[in-house]
Parts: sequence; C-alpha cells; structure tokens
Amino acid sequence: MTQNIEAVSATKIALPRWMKDILRYVYMIALSFLLFGLILLVTGKDPIQSYRDIFSSTLGSSYGLSEVIVAMTPILLTGLAVSLPSRIMLINVGAEGQLYIGAALATWGALTFNTLPAWALIPIMMLLGMVGGALWAFIPAYLKSIGLVNETITSLLFNPVAPKIIGFLVFGFWHSPMDTNKTARFVEAARLPALFGTRVTVGILFGVVLLVGFWLFMRFSRWGLEMRAIGGNSQASRRNGIPLKAYIIIVFCAGGAIAGLAGMVQASGYYGLLLTNFSIGWGFMGFLICWLVAGDPFGILIMSFLVSVILTGGNLLQITRGVPYSIINILLALTLFVVLARPTFTIGRKS
Amino acid sequence: MTGLSILGVLSSAIFSGTSLLYTALGETIDERAGIVNLGLEGVLLVSAASGFAVTVRTGNPYLGVLIAMLAGGLMNLLLGFLVITRKANQLASGLAVMFFGFGLSALIGNPYVGKSIHALPRFELPVLASLPQVYASLFKFDLLIYLVLPMAFFVWWLLFHTRWGLGVRAVGENTDTAFASGRNPRRIRYQALLAGGLLAGLGAAHIAIAYAMNWTEYMTGGRGFIAVALVIFSRWHPLRAIVGALLFSAAVALQLVLQNSGISISPFLLDSVPYILTILVLIAWGGNRRQAAPASLGRVYQGSE
Repeated sequence: MTQNIEAVSATKIALPRWMKDILRYVYMIALSFLLFGLILLVTGKDPIQSYRDIFSSTLGSSYGLSEVIVAMTPILLTGLAVSLPSRIMLINVGAEGQLYIGAALATWGALTFNTLPAWALIPIMMLLGMVGGALWAFIPAYLKSIGLVNETITSLLFNPVAPKIIGFLVFGFWHSPMDTNKTARFVEAARLPALFGTRVTVGILFGVVLLVGFWLFMRFSRWGLEMRAIGGNSQASRRNGIPLKAYIIIVFCAGGAIAGLAGMVQASGYYGLLLTNFSIGWGFMGFLICWLVAGDPFGILIMSFLVSVILTGGNLLQITRGVPYSIINILLALTLFVVLARPTFTIGRKS
Repeated sequence: MTGLSILGVLSSAIFSGTSLLYTALGETIDERAGIVNLGLEGVLLVSAASGFAVTVRTGNPYLGVLIAMLAGGLMNLLLGFLVITRKANQLASGLAVMFFGFGLSALIGNPYVGKSIHALPRFELPVLASLPQVYASLFKFDLLIYLVLPMAFFVWWLLFHTRWGLGVRAVGENTDTAFASGRNPRRIRYQALLAGGLLAGLGAAHIAIAYAMNWTEYMTGGRGFIAVALVIFSRWHPLRAIVGALLFSAAVALQLVLQNSGISISPFLLDSVPYILTILVLIAWGGNRRQAAPASLGRVYQGSE
C-alpha cells in the first residue's frame, strides 16, 4: 500500500491525500468496469444497459440496498476473521472451512435445543458457531505455535474437508424427510431476527459491532498493543516477555470463531436451515477483501460493501440479461485484478 | 476383495488420477520456481471449458486438448502478470484467478452444456492385448493416460537434470542469489508458470474430453485444490507425485468396492482422505529442518536492482 501512495505522490500534484486515495479507487473501479464491459460486449450483451441494471437493482431502491446488506453480512465477518490474525502476521486462508464447521455446530444446537425460547437458543447457537470455527482453526494454530507446520498451508488444506463433514452429517443424520441434502427448516426461535421487515438480519450488526470492537481493541487495549508489537517483530516481542505461543493460538482461534459466527449467521439468518455446500466462497472472499485493504477495519467495511454490490447486481443480470450467474465472478475477479495490480494513477505527469 | 476388484480400483484410480497428476506436475514446476498457484481450480475450469468447446465445434478431440493446454498457459500467465510484474500477493492473486476462472469457464462453456463429443479414443497396448478380455478392458486407456508417466519422468528430468531446471530451482530457493548468478528471476518464473499452465491444461483436457466427456459448471470438483495438496504431499517432487496421485484417486475409487462388499464408510469421509494424508505428511516432515519446500515459495520478488 505504501508503494501506491508513493507512486501517486510522485505525480507532484497538490491534492490532499484522501482525495488522491478516492481518485485512485474511483479510477481502479472504473477500469475494472471498463474491462468487464468489454467482456459483455464480446458476448453480445449491452454493457451500458447491464450496468444500469446492476446499479438500479442494488443502489437504486431501498429493497436493492437491503439485498446488498444481506450479501455483505457473511463477507464482512469473514473479512474480519482473516484480518484479526493478520495483525500478528498469521495468514488465515481457512475461513471457508471455519465458516462451515461453525454452521454445523450451530445447526446441531438448533436441532437439539429446539424447545428453548429464542433469547436462550440464539446465544447458544452463536456460541456453538464460534466454538466450531475456533476448533477448526485450532489445529493449524497449534501446529504453527510449536513451529511445526506453516498455518497458511494447514488452514488451506482444512477448507475442502469441512464441507465434506457437513455432507456426512446432513446426509447421514440431519436431513429432512423430503430432501437428502438439507435439514428441515429451523424452528422460529432458532432464526436470527430480521430487521425492518427485510431479509437483513441482526447478523450485520454482529459484523459492525465486531468491527468497531476490533478497531478499539487494537488501538486502546494492552493486548492490542502487544499484538502490534508481535506484528512488528515477533522474536523481539517474545524476548520482551510477550507469550507468543499463547497469542498465536488465541488470536488465530478468535479469527476462526468470527468465521464460525459467519457460518451460524448464514445458517440461522440467511437460509434458516443447513444445506450441503452452502457457501459460495464467502471465506475466500473474506480473505481477498482483507488483503485488498491490508486488514484495515474500515477498509473491510467499504470493500465488502463494494463486493456485495457486484454480487447482488449479478443476480439480476442473470435474470434480465440471460447470462450465467457465475459470470459475475468475472466482474468480481476483474475488480480484484485491478486492485491487486495497482495501476498507478497519474494525471498531468511531467516528462 | 478379489483380484479383479483390486484391478478395478487400480484402473479407475488411473482414470481419475491422470488429470490430477498432470495438474500436480504443473503446480510442482510453478512452486519450484517459488510461485503458489491457488487459482489452479479456475485454471482447470477455463482449460476444460475451452477444450470441450473446441472439441464440440471441430469434432477433433486432439485439437481440443491443444486448446485446453493453451488456455491453461494463458491463465497461468495472467497470474504471472499479477504476481511477477505487478508484485501482488500470491495467495490473493491466486484466489482472484480462481474466481475469474469460475466466471470465464461458465461463459465459455454455457452454450455447450449437454452437448456430446467424440472423446479421446481409447486403445489397448499390444502387450496387454494378449490378456483375457475382462482384464484387457480394464486397461484400455487413451493417449493422455499413456503419456502421463513419461511426462512425470520428463518433468523430473527437466527440473533436476537440465540447466533450465537448475535455474527454476535456484529462483525458487533464493531469487537474489539466482539474480546474482546471472539469471533473470522474472523471466524464469514466467517460463515456469507457462509450463505449469500447459500441464494443468492437459489435466483439464483429460477431465473434460476423455473422462467426463461433457461440460458442467464447476465440473473439476476441487481437483485444483487436491493437486495443490498433492504437490505438498509429494514434497515438491514429480516422481513422488505419481504415487500420491494413485493413492489419492484410489481412496475415492475404493468407495465403489467398499459399497459392493457391504462395508459402509461415508463417501464424504473418504473424499477428505487426500487432505488428511497431506496434513499428516506435513506433520511428519515438519520437524525435519531440511524440508523440501522451496525456500522463497510465496515470496514476492521485488527486484534486485
């Protein structure tokens, strides 16, 4: 990121930094939309009409906006789940798996304690979801803390295993009488309450509260300070008496717990049941979002909103333009390419 | 288990393991040059879709294989542009390539859903033709299967017995030293990615044109990730990858036999065997300081100038 700022300031234009930042992002987003427009054009679709569809369907109405928030809920949480460990230089590529296991444990809670009232059941499910995610993160964290195996590889390898465990549980034990690939609908008490009569659930509030909490924690708490010290130089901080191993395990598992909470939110709020292979890559998207904004909490908020606009708009594009839904992955990827490739934005460059 | 059913498992392991081995050989070259390609799943999908589309259009499966290879090479070069030229983070770039592949393959493959093709022809090797018919039919393979073992040895020879391979490994171990000894790390990494992409394309071609013989979205079903696991499992060595590919595929093929013999192990749990095995291997070798992982794997080369 510092490179960009240098590159931009190298243009020697007297603009305030925040304006340059905004210009840079506008430029990059415009570039990715231009590229996707070309792809649409090649496949014989009208790009301008498609973009009008995307934006009017998402930002143009309160319903559209609410759907964007619905899409944003899981990736805001998984973005945080990657960001927290990244503060002590741990790379969590396993949010996808942690999300699945969180959803599985929360579902177990919903099916087992289905007679409890909502005020007891929802917190139990949240707790179970977080425990599930943390458990799934524990093995990579432990192996890392004893210096045996890199957490990047292990957390990545655990991803494909998690959906298979869900498949095993749902097919084998939990499926409803009608379907073999999903559970019966949860009882009403196991559903996260919706807000304002839309499909937005309180899950988004978990995300926002955790985000603010994360920022305050890193900035004002003793543990946040120690984490920043570990992120700066782990060996030096260890010699200064910071319990490095404990931090590695606790922080990585805390990241897993947040991803697990995202799984619980999706099972309880979005679907209201547990489905095999239900994630469309929310864990991976969280990873990308976190990297694109270098783990900055408010960057995560903005970037997950942007990604959600693309995801939601793509839904409509599929209906009105007759393109396969997954091509929205192209627009998503192009946006990511452009941000990753960091094109230098220069205006009026001399020489 | 009878001898025939063991041979049946072996035969079906060879069928499904071929694509895995090609892909893993490609990824081995990438990673030996220090680049992790997490987007392999997307690369495979785009190659499979393009290869299948060309086969439908032209009716020539071999042309389809060629196009699949080219598509794989191009996708890997795209990753190369991000991680080599633009110095982006390798993991994030790989995931972006994966999402790109999801979308692009759906776009390419959409008109060809449900179309049928002339698959790669299968033939018996003359040696096997003398066997009883029931055995011979188990080992009637297509060209790509016959070529996969020679290819593994070729990649091994390329990496460990040529100047080019020495350069690739040097870059993967320490880019600065490689630069100091007169090599161009960027060019070598691009070459390695191209080679890896061509091989991944062969793997994808085998899935689409020889094995599944149709196109559906997400048809590679996680093979890209299994291949990444396989490379780690075989500790970045092309010949060990042969054993790994057979082992991983046999675990899946075994399901059918076990079901027939009345032993019920959930297929979901057998599907996770490759990942569990890889993690166990990592743990077993993790304590060993002389790990086989290329030292600069995943690091961005900032330039030595």
